[in-house]
Amino acid sequence: MSVTAVVKDTERLTMTMVAEYDVTAERAWQLWADPRQLERWWGPPTYPATFVEHDLRPDGRVTYFMTGPTGDQPRGFWDVLEVEAPRRLVVQDGFADEAWTPVDTMPSNRMVVDIADREGGGVTMTVTSTFASLEAMEQLIAMGMEEGMTLAMGQIDAILAG
Amino acid sequence: MVVDHLSDSEVDRLFHALADATRRDIVRRAITGEQSVSELARHYPISLTAVQKHVGVLEEAGLVVKHRHGREQRVVGRHEALRRAQRLLEEYEALWRGRLDRMRALLDEDSRGGTA
Repeated sequence: MSVTAVVKDTERLTMTMVAEYDVTAERAWQLWADPRQLERWWGPPTYPATFVEHDLRPDGRVTYFMTGPTGDQPRGFWDVLEVEAPRRLVVQDGFADEAWTPVDTMPSNRMVVDIADREGGGVTMTVTSTFASLEAMEQLIAMGMEEGMTLAMGQIDAILAG
Repeated sequence: MVVDHLSDSEVDRLFHALADATRRDIVRRAITGEQSVSELARHYPISLTAVQKHVGVLEEAGLVVKHRHGREQRVVGRHEALRRAQRLLEEYEALWRGRLDRMRALLDEDSRGGTA
């Protein structure tokens, strides 16, 4: 299993997940820095993501859309806050409208990624998400992710088995 | 907060919050289901502002949680709010487990000589 620890805080609405990979920090960083690689893991198989802009610099912007099973294409963006390749990335992840303008009424959440070397090789990737409100979390989950994930789990097993 | 260790001032806030019949009624309604502040206001012969004040007192005492749903202010019992947060965080965890597993699958392709 990739995930080695999960900490959820229902008071502060944060979740921290830790995963370990037997690669260098530079290689792990590419998962975030290369949009073509991002596309292969960001969305579940039922909601694949397509990254349009990908300017991974402080004050830069990343835009993407996802394609749902019924052809719906919700749009999202990251406002890039901090970048320290290949160690740390902080973005604000939110929803955008047709013109890629952030939708005020839709939630955004802060995502912090830390990549640290493990003793004896490999890296630890820590992803911390913080939500502004319960409402924000509910809307995020309602984006079809719940159904998507249930299906995705089965497909991941198939990929890993193959 | 409602369980575990309450400080003296927290106990004071709790008793003060519950020392009012309208506030007790708001709590009773909020723990049986989420209510909008305007819905709540219909039950009492007081202004919307007065209801908002009562809700504020209850929130400070840790009995209810307020949040915004579109243009509406909604109120829900704190226990229910924590339970919902728990459920949502579990769903969010599933989402990220999927992402982190897909990352692994992608990294594994390197060693198999696949495209990276």
